[in-house]
Amino acid sequence: MKDLSFQELAKRIAQLVVSLFFLLCITFVIGRVMPADPVGAIVGELADPAALAAMRAKLGLDLPIYQQFWIYITALLHGDLGMAILTGNPVAQDLKQAFPATFELATLAIIISTLIGVPLGMAAALFRDSLVDQIARVVSLVGHSIPVFWFGIVGLVIFYAGLNWVGGPGRVDVYFEGMVEPRTGLLLIDSLMAGEPEIFWNAVSHIILPACILAYSAMAYITRMTRSFTLEQLNQDYIIAARAKGASSSRIIIGHVLPNISVQLITILAISYGNLLEGAVVTEIVFSWPGIGQYMTNALMIGDMNAILASTVVIGFVFMLLNLLADIAYVLLDPRTREATQ
Amino acid sequence: MSSADIIKAQQGPATALKRMRTSLGRSLVKLMHEPLGLAGFVVIALLIIIAILAPLIAPYEPAAQDLNNALMPPSWANWAGTDEFGRDILSRLIYGARITIQIVLSVTVIIGPVGLVIGVVAGFFGGRTDSILMRFTDIMLSFPSLVLALAFAAALGAGLNTAVVAISLTAWPPIARLARAEALVVRNADYVAAARLYGASSWRLLLLYIAPMCVPSVVVRLTLSMAGIILTAAALGFLGLGAQPPTPEWGAMISSGRKFMLDDWWVAVMPGIAILITSLAFNIVGDTLRDLLDPRHARS
Repeated sequence: MKDLSFQELAKRIAQLVVSLFFLLCITFVIGRVMPADPVGAIVGELADPAALAAMRAKLGLDLPIYQQFWIYITALLHGDLGMAILTGNPVAQDLKQAFPATFELATLAIIISTLIGVPLGMAAALFRDSLVDQIARVVSLVGHSIPVFWFGIVGLVIFYAGLNWVGGPGRVDVYFEGMVEPRTGLLLIDSLMAGEPEIFWNAVSHIILPACILAYSAMAYITRMTRSFTLEQLNQDYIIAARAKGASSSRIIIGHVLPNISVQLITILAISYGNLLEGAVVTEIVFSWPGIGQYMTNALMIGDMNAILASTVVIGFVFMLLNLLADIAYVLLDPRTREATQ
Repeated sequence: MSSADIIKAQQGPATALKRMRTSLGRSLVKLMHEPLGLAGFVVIALLIIIAILAPLIAPYEPAAQDLNNALMPPSWANWAGTDEFGRDILSRLIYGARITIQIVLSVTVIIGPVGLVIGVVAGFFGGRTDSILMRFTDIMLSFPSLVLALAFAAALGAGLNTAVVAISLTAWPPIARLARAEALVVRNADYVAAARLYGASSWRLLLLYIAPMCVPSVVVRLTLSMAGIILTAAALGFLGLGAQPPTPEWGAMISSGRKFMLDDWWVAVMPGIAILITSLAFNIVGDTLRDLLDPRHARS
């Protein structure tokens, strides 16, 4: 049986590699084939033919397409993502700097959305058609329909400009910027490690609003799925048995339902985490958050294809990796799929 | 598949169509008892009417500038206020409804048939065709769609049409998956076997006997996708990759209003309300349609 689930894992990993290969194919096509004139974009349309030819040779564009693809892949595997026009740095270095900011934001968001979404979904299932259930339904319906970048703007207008409860755009106030040595790149942790509680609280006041906004969009999905998983369990015979022997609702939820839906929940959370990374792209713009999303959109504004494609690959890879982790969790933890593979 | 679907499939297209008509009638009666779903339908109907009659309804020209009246808060003269050029925001929102409807319809017209054909061909022929097509679909499904749409739009150049293409390229896989699942059930129905016996070709079977049976569920799935399409389109517009100014596209309007958000909130907030209401309506209608037409997903 163990072998079989290993086989299953190997299959998933192979699928990830194939997907990644296709992602690279697509980004290659987008970057090298689709723009009508990649050379003209660099040297300008009025350059003389000799300069154009030299640039083509320098970029390797005179080679056959499969050789170009090979060069692209090997460079990528060596961590060479090309140079960014905007910053003048290698794209890999820029991304390494930007990633922790996005990671910090998305992680805080998934924690918030789990802490609220899972209990809310369970309560909605337990008290079906009650007020809680209606609230959960509205929460998830609106969460599925709200443009997250607009929600961010509304949040800033109300909580920053209006009530002044939270810090504005950016990770910290301007005068704190660059004062903490970036050890992990996660400002909340770095500031604590440096023993700077003032900066820590300032960073908290800055991250809390974007994290909550981002968390809300994930919460819609988490609440909805938790509700339906819980309902499914509550209709099972063993719950009736538990009720018959006099177990309280809270005991049924914590002792019986939660363990049974935990595998499904992990899957949902991993998928939500991937979606959060995507939501972060537009949220970061609104909050001037110096993460991958903002880096990518700044690159979009000036048509910096190296930076755009590298960001796409990085976000796509993390997204697929999270999906793989969800699958692995499912295969490893769920006795039903373990038996199914037997 | 529920047994009702299988029975429906076994009775052939003609009876199935008749049944569909009666069940549509029954669904309409049921809809009357779903106030929320009904409200969703009404909102979408209103939106379509507004889009068609925009020149008659809009109080001002959407592009008419009046710099003396720039950045005026909502008032009786300008219900949603004015933007930085003194243009009436409500009028721009009304014209923007046209663009939203246009994007939703264009994307739907592209991904509906594409998804249907890929799914039905995969489900009907099975074997290697199926595994190749479905591997490809799964791979496309495993990509983050907004980021991919961003990259497409960046390569193709900003604009309304490229936004439509970029969204379509990332939105067809769920449709194909669904169409395949439906085709798998229908292809074993008796009427298909009968048609095959009297010599119908594979493509004839596919186009006239199988694909039509998959259309209803594809339509429901498309309705559910529409809210997502609207949000992605708005995000592309917000990032400057969709319709270009001065086109009154809702996402682009939020983007230009962002510069004034702290002092003149209405410029950015009003278009967002329009997006929220529209995608909310599409989500509600999609849910309602699914509950009405597909008993398996009835809200328990």
